[in-house]
Amino acid sequence: MSTVNFGRRVLVLRRGRIAVRLDWRPVVVCAVLALAVVGLAVLALMTGSYQLGPGQVVSALTGGETGLVHDIVVEWRLPRVVAALVFGAALGVSGAVFQSMLRNPLADPGVIGFSQGSYTGALLVILVVNGAYWQLVGGALAGGMATALTVYVLAYRRGVQGFRLIVVGIGVSATLGSLNTWLILEAEREQAMAAAAWGAGSLNGVSWNQVVIGGICIVVLLLSTAVLSRSMRQMELGDDTAASQGVRVSPARLGLVVVGVALTATVTAASGPIAFISLVAPQIARRLARTAGITLVPAALVGALLCLAADYIAQHIAPTPLPVGIITVILGGGYLGRLLFTEARRRL
Amino acid sequence: MPGPRRRLLGLVAALLVLLALLVLSVMIGSTAIRPSVVWDALFHPSADIDQFAIRDYRLPRTVVGLVVGVALGLSGALIQALTRNPLADPGILGVHAGASFAVTVAVGVLGVRDIRGYMWFAFAGALIVTLMALALGSTRHGRSPVAMVLAGVCVGAVLGGAREALQLTNPDAFDAMRSWNAGSIVGRPLDLVWPILPFLVVALVLALAVSGPLNAMALGDELAAAQGVRLAHTRVLAIIALTLLAGGATAIAGPISFVGLMVPHVARWIAGPHQRWIFAYSVLLAPILLLASDILGRFVMHPREIPVGVVTAFVGAPVLIALVRRKKASGL
Repeated sequence: MSTVNFGRRVLVLRRGRIAVRLDWRPVVVCAVLALAVVGLAVLALMTGSYQLGPGQVVSALTGGETGLVHDIVVEWRLPRVVAALVFGAALGVSGAVFQSMLRNPLADPGVIGFSQGSYTGALLVILVVNGAYWQLVGGALAGGMATALTVYVLAYRRGVQGFRLIVVGIGVSATLGSLNTWLILEAEREQAMAAAAWGAGSLNGVSWNQVVIGGICIVVLLLSTAVLSRSMRQMELGDDTAASQGVRVSPARLGLVVVGVALTATVTAASGPIAFISLVAPQIARRLARTAGITLVPAALVGALLCLAADYIAQHIAPTPLPVGIITVILGGGYLGRLLFTEARRRL
Repeated sequence: MPGPRRRLLGLVAALLVLLALLVLSVMIGSTAIRPSVVWDALFHPSADIDQFAIRDYRLPRTVVGLVVGVALGLSGALIQALTRNPLADPGILGVHAGASFAVTVAVGVLGVRDIRGYMWFAFAGALIVTLMALALGSTRHGRSPVAMVLAGVCVGAVLGGAREALQLTNPDAFDAMRSWNAGSIVGRPLDLVWPILPFLVVALVLALAVSGPLNAMALGDELAAAQGVRLAHTRVLAIIALTLLAGGATAIAGPISFVGLMVPHVARWIAGPHQRWIFAYSVLLAPILLLASDILGRFVMHPREIPVGVVTAFVGAPVLIALVRRKKASGL
């Protein structure tokens, strides 16, 4: 069997009747990203008011330490690091799904208003019910899903078109944003501060309990995304082309919307909205791997790396500990700006 | 396209509605005050408690609504003509975020608590951000509207995050800024309007001056240049006017979204595509929308009030959605 030469080096894995073709560059990029993630994770586990060496961290992780070092690494620092990794990966994939589906690098669950919706739900729980943590999570999930549904229905007109979905989302997002501002305005000062801190997106006080529950949801959602990713790839060619290739476009798109929203909402419910990772990660991944379209695995790795790095900066480098969402906005916004200027310059 | 006679009649009708709303805005509130008392408060001042309410609360509020409305509407019309983007809004260039950030720095870091002090920061912030968006959005082939808008969005997002960081690390600043960030025309003394007013008048004149060239630019840059329009010159003047209007409005009232988006569309439906008429209608329709939203905000949750920025967002988002659901957004 002769292989088609696409003009780039290809890695072919064969096992019996199954063969997998992979481009070399994305594979190498993913490996390097994974190494960077592991390195940064070890660094994050080392750093804190009680400094540890890399050896201590590794032996604590492998069960070689007991007492204080074990508690610090496994009970205190590890949940936060794992949360940053899992949530970052989820955001990266969610952004990749939306950008691929809407064929627009600006399409982002945050821009389209789902984070604002989650925030509204959580605010109502904090301010009106004064609810417990699980109620807050429920409120955020319900708010995000309800917003997504509203945006989808409002943008529906003989099918959903990417551009319309984005603009409707921006409108709904702005409305919810002003509603949120007003809710904070009406609240008592302490409640308002708490709500605003949650709204900025923070990994403070993430415990194993939350990480495990959120992590299981996210793993299930990521697997569903992997199943849907073949249709997603076809749909990038346009709805008609995809349909002619045998993709059932409407159900596939609905599935992708549900998965993408659920990924964002799960993260938002656990940590508050962490902005810009879902917007930036797929784009960085695309540039690093030099792929033609949006790819899921590099996007997830870049998302994890970004989220962990932003949380490290927020905790250890910023003058006062800040919510991670603030750092991602500033870093991601800066990167996005650069990206847009170069894109705009090339196209215009 | 409607004839000049109908356009003029429409303009007169809009003016009458605006005058009626001005009167209503002074009269209506948590306590209804008789028209005769309103008259006396304005022309025969005394120490009466109702007169006090009118002179110190409702009159400034109405004047601020009028001035801010005019500024927001005209800035919206300008930005839509400039970017040829029917979905553009002054907030899109990051002007609101720039002003908010500058005010937060003034209040939180420098401790400027007097509204007369920090309003200048808002003004400067708005100006700097617009210039930044302009500089970042410029390309070798002249300034492109798309790059400019994208630049504004980015700058706005980054400054918004920085403002949030400042507010979260400084509870006092957070508390002081809460009401300003919601966008309201309440509690802004008239002394705040006077320093801004000359800038707004200058901007108004500039806007009228560029309305002709902007008409030509609606046909595309090449055609406009062929007609003798100095493109860079027109853009710079329009952007100066835009910044003064949007920055001034934000300095007084805080960010109020959607007025600048909606009003020019309504103006286009009534007046057709001629920029000078669109500007004239926007100047009248925007304060109508703002004052009506403000009066509505006094009633919906009586006795509590909803800030006018929240009301305009709730009125405006459906308009935006309706616009994008139409087959074709009203052309520019």
